[in-house]
Amino acid sequence: MTDLTSLTLAEARKGLAAKTFTSLELTDAHLSAIEAARVLNAFVMETPEQARAMAREADGKIAKGDAGPLAGIPLGIKDLFATKGVRTTACSKILDNFVPTYESTVTSQLWRDGAVMLGKLNNDEFAMGSANETSCFGPVGNPWRREGSNTTLVPGGSSGGSASAVAALLCMGATATDTGGSIRQPAAFTATVGIKPTYGRCSRWGIVAFASSLDQAGPIARSVRDAAMLLRSMAGHDPKDTTSVDIPVPDYEAAIGKSVKGMKIGIPREYRLDGMPAEIEKLWEAGAAWLKAAGAELVEVSLPHTKYALPAYYIVAPAEASSNLARYDGVRYGLREQAKNIIELYENTRAEGFGAEVRRRVMIGTYVLSAGYYDAYYLRAQKVRTLIKKDFEDCFARGVDAILTPATPSAAFGIGEKGGADPVEMYLNDIFTVTVNMAGLPGIAVPAGKDSQGLPLGLQLIGRAFEEETLFSLGEVIEQAAGRFTPARWW
Amino acid sequence: MSVDATTVRRIAHLARIAVSEDEVPHLQGELNAMLAFVEQLSEVNVEGVEPMTSVTPMQMKKRQDVVNDGEIADDIVANAPATEGHFFLVPKVVE
Repeated sequence: MTDLTSLTLAEARKGLAAKTFTSLELTDAHLSAIEAARVLNAFVMETPEQARAMAREADGKIAKGDAGPLAGIPLGIKDLFATKGVRTTACSKILDNFVPTYESTVTSQLWRDGAVMLGKLNNDEFAMGSANETSCFGPVGNPWRREGSNTTLVPGGSSGGSASAVAALLCMGATATDTGGSIRQPAAFTATVGIKPTYGRCSRWGIVAFASSLDQAGPIARSVRDAAMLLRSMAGHDPKDTTSVDIPVPDYEAAIGKSVKGMKIGIPREYRLDGMPAEIEKLWEAGAAWLKAAGAELVEVSLPHTKYALPAYYIVAPAEASSNLARYDGVRYGLREQAKNIIELYENTRAEGFGAEVRRRVMIGTYVLSAGYYDAYYLRAQKVRTLIKKDFEDCFARGVDAILTPATPSAAFGIGEKGGADPVEMYLNDIFTVTVNMAGLPGIAVPAGKDSQGLPLGLQLIGRAFEEETLFSLGEVIEQAAGRFTPARWW
Repeated sequence: MSVDATTVRRIAHLARIAVSEDEVPHLQGELNAMLAFVEQLSEVNVEGVEPMTSVTPMQMKKRQDVVNDGEIADDIVANAPATEGHFFLVPKVVE
């Protein structure tokens, strides 16, 4: 039999329906791949028994002709999603051995549609990071390496485990979350497809909260079509999340292959940074040329407040994080450090349980919300956010259907190479993605080429609110033109 | 704006994170790097701009004023580090 792990999700669905192989065979192939790839550290918990039980159930349903849209498809779940009876830690020591008594809405919808859980995936602690280096389980390896080099590179973050596992063919797709670029940046670093849908498209219920006004769940997948299939199951209204929108979920897959003729694509001049690598510039031009060849019209646009998105983000996100993470107090769940009074119990537990990056962000968030500084920092940042969103609105009001940008300012880098002396150096990774979260818009990262060292690079498409379908249609054009990229196996 | 060592200790206490004396200079440096980075926001003209309160233009749904969940005390305390019956245990708070 051909290697079942090399199929796309769409191909696997066909094979399962035609009974060429069973879900149990497909699942076992991935479980073996996971076992052989432990050096990547992509999974923080493997759940083989549960996976096989779910696969058998799916096989039963397929046999009866009662299969859901994802029946029998083995997936990885970012450790930020609460999974009933399966340890969920957000890759933080402070959640220690937390075993949820409930299931997140997004994952429950995947199981409703027949998917199989292979295990929980590594991520930056509380999703705070851009390299998956802040996880309490240690860093994740990128399956991609520079040509002729043995240096292990980061897969990006925070959804580094998700991106690495999908790229290394350990799972057919993965859940991920994106607060400032945590789906799109790792997707770009690993030649996978990642979409952050419009804020409100997926329920946040049961996902460990980082910055609630920015957090959104989305898939990382092997192709644009696979991402469309996964998002259809993940999205939808949930009364348990008051910010989830009550509008029907379209059949995203139907957008694949739809003509993009006559679509107006904006090229924002503010994304052309000083000192941007020539390779990124070239890739961006190639992307524009592919869309043009497919019949789209390119227009230069201006998003004047772009440069303020990242600084505004580093006020809004830590502020919301400091509030959200107040719940980790050593009393109700997770780690507890002993102390002689309640204040010391809180302080010792949080000092021991939070890693350096999380402590830093909680502290900066506490500071910008504290008396006397709220107006100067937080309120001003929220006003700037209004201006960032207005930039996009003005652009879309002129008939632009989507905006094309590079996904990241560079390709993947080595573990420990960035952010050691100055945290801001790491933050700059999200410069092209963070604007999208600030404006609540959908954004997709699609692999588009490689740099001179053989590392993958991605392009980003930004759409109007709730018009993910446009992004899938355009993303498919890029995928068709650029091809798909698979790393050479070294693990 | 930048923070001094006293402010770092005050923020740490507000955030309920124990910080040892030898961590203070390092933290001060990092926090000041972040504050220097966000400083550029002061050049934006925000005169008359409304602060964002909701990124999607939607009316937040109100829940029905009914009891639709509960009686799950076992679940609530299942992950607690110290409990007695259905109570969380903490060091003595009131003398």
